[in-house]
Amino acid sequence: MRARTTRARTTVAVAVAALLGLTACGSGEGGGADDGPITLRMTTWSANEAHVKLFNEIADEYKKTHPNVTAITFDAIPFESYTTTLTTQIAGGNPPDLAWVLENAAPDFVSSGALLPLDDTLKGTDGYGFDELAPAATKLWQADGKLYGYPFSTSPFGIFVNTDLVKVVGQKTPAELIAANEWTWENATKLAAAINAKTGKAGLVVRDFDYKGWDNLSTVWTGWGAEAWSADGKTCGFDKPEMVEAMTFLHKATFTDKAFPGPGTTADFFAGEAGMTITQISRASLLKDGAFGWDLVTLPTGPKGRYAVIGQGGLGVLKKGRNAEAAADFLSFFTNPANSAKLAQFFPPPRTSLLTTETLAKTNPLLKPEQLEAVVIDGISSGVVKPSHTGQAELSQAVRSALDPLWKPGADVPAVLGGVCTAIDPLLAK
Amino acid sequence: MPLLTDDRKAGRTSHRPALDGGRRWWTTRRRDHLAGYLFIAPQLVGSVLFVLIPLGLVVWYSLHEWNVLADTFDFVGAGNYRAMAEDPNLPGVLRASALFSIGLVALNLSLALFLAVLLNQRLRGTAFFRVMFFSPVVVSLVAWTIVWGFLLQDNGGINGLLDTIGVDGPNWLRGDLTAMLSVIVVQVVKNVGLNMVLFLAALQGVPGELYEAARVEGAGRWTQFRRITVPLISPTILLTSIITVVGSLQVFAQIAVLTQGGPGSSTTVLVYYLYQQAFQFHHFGYGATISVLLFLIVLALTVVQWQMRKRWVFHEQ
Repeated sequence: MRARTTRARTTVAVAVAALLGLTACGSGEGGGADDGPITLRMTTWSANEAHVKLFNEIADEYKKTHPNVTAITFDAIPFESYTTTLTTQIAGGNPPDLAWVLENAAPDFVSSGALLPLDDTLKGTDGYGFDELAPAATKLWQADGKLYGYPFSTSPFGIFVNTDLVKVVGQKTPAELIAANEWTWENATKLAAAINAKTGKAGLVVRDFDYKGWDNLSTVWTGWGAEAWSADGKTCGFDKPEMVEAMTFLHKATFTDKAFPGPGTTADFFAGEAGMTITQISRASLLKDGAFGWDLVTLPTGPKGRYAVIGQGGLGVLKKGRNAEAAADFLSFFTNPANSAKLAQFFPPPRTSLLTTETLAKTNPLLKPEQLEAVVIDGISSGVVKPSHTGQAELSQAVRSALDPLWKPGADVPAVLGGVCTAIDPLLAK
Repeated sequence: MPLLTDDRKAGRTSHRPALDGGRRWWTTRRRDHLAGYLFIAPQLVGSVLFVLIPLGLVVWYSLHEWNVLADTFDFVGAGNYRAMAEDPNLPGVLRASALFSIGLVALNLSLALFLAVLLNQRLRGTAFFRVMFFSPVVVSLVAWTIVWGFLLQDNGGINGLLDTIGVDGPNWLRGDLTAMLSVIVVQVVKNVGLNMVLFLAALQGVPGELYEAARVEGAGRWTQFRRITVPLISPTILLTSIITVVGSLQVFAQIAVLTQGGPGSSTTVLVYYLYQQAFQFHHFGYGATISVLLFLIVLALTVVQWQMRKRWVFHEQ
């Protein structure tokens, strides 16, 4: 009987210990680096094999000189749910040590204090070249004069053209239109409408818009000088005359001319289903199979002349991560001049010394020097970053919801845009 | 069970004074109790860890303003509940939830009962149809919804099919009403098989002699259904209606995959709104407040249905 009692007590003790263990798992405290072996985890939205291979190579090199760092893992989260998943990990007490941050989430992450200031670490790293980071690229990632995220990717939007489909239509190609100084939105949509009419394929696809990701439309409306909200983020720009004009153009091009595919229609340019697509140059890697002839050109000129739009991705260190100091040190290595040059083949860097046609051509074999010059280098120096604001997710949802009535034939464009401002004014005022 | 009875008898005898002090404490009754607790322990631990504690925490969170990014957790008392009372989006969300639940429950239960009655006949091929209608239940919900998302596109399979008979189908997921209808139908087709099987089991438990007696009395098929079938399977109707109502209020994946709450906010149901507030807008405290509201709604509906059983459930086992 005594043996049985002991066994019962042991069972209870094991059960209690297991429970305590479970509880302890969830209560990881963030903060300073441990003295013992360190493992780092970085969340990204790219599971691209070539990207991951390069990240691992850089990480392996870092580990050679930092034996206390035993493992560096790159945790790819699907792009569509990236910020949500990252926030959930933070809420659940399991934050990564480093994280990519999308430009539309930048104001929230930078202003909230979730990220570690990087200035001291980066400036203190030998040969880092902190001063050569382009101010236009770092602007979004700064608060109170401190840098909270390294803009590892500053990628301008351009238009990829399926030249095979343009040939079928028998019109001037975008390159020819540029040469003739006729590459305007008017002519671009005429070409797109002709491609759709003649081939039945989509004319021009604003990639990732799909009548939900409305911020991608800034690649169009910036040509009219329109903006979602004022630079100080306080005033709604949707009901301004230039936005009404831009959206009226877009609406007519979609529902009357059929230059853009309508809502509920999917067309993937990279699968040969569309004549043209607006996207970032990093997508060029999807074209390496060479299934059709293609070109990359700048965005057409709008009524306000030439313009460029850039999308950004930042890399930050989570304050709540278990090894924040070590993570910042790895960030300074990951983004030093030598590694930035390697990363430039996928992500246009913010370093002015690397933004030359020669450097970019070496790492972007698919793109011609003139394409890099026109789209990337000029784009980064003059580009407007896609809309971003604190509380972006809520704003984005409110705009998406209020814009929905626009995406049907016969919509009252000024009324719908007025409705967008009514919906977001209280959020902008917060 | 006889073993337990014997043990209990033995337990009574063990109350007598014993020579060994440890033995006196360690009675058979105590051993039985411990055994009982150990048997229910896995379920109890699971319930406490994953149901009761989270439930308590949700109520606790709802009294706080929790900013995950800024790492602040401030007590605001009833602040979130006041904000909920003034939330201009909430009436629309509750309306969408009610519309979805009513549509789903009405369509699901009537279709499930109809299919069960049809497949309860002794006809060739009924086994095949039973499997066919039940098979969507075991398909992954997200995979099922993604495929339906393709089918419901403007240039998708449904409109392609309609086109062959000369009908110009609507852009299903872009119209307020058609989007809601689509989400309901996708969910009904997915889960109708489960209720159908429950109804089938209940129908097979109805004694055949009752129908024979009714036929002798001159009752037609409809009267037999209304006066015999429905009353005798009423406990199952109660069960399925509770399961379906509760399930309808928990719909999430279909909305997230098919409409993301749109167009406008026409399909933003309560759980999706909760998800938006907590996980997209980072208002975890307010999200928790909405989940308390959802919990109360589910509880109230279940209590009402349970009370109503006295009026319309013919018998309970």
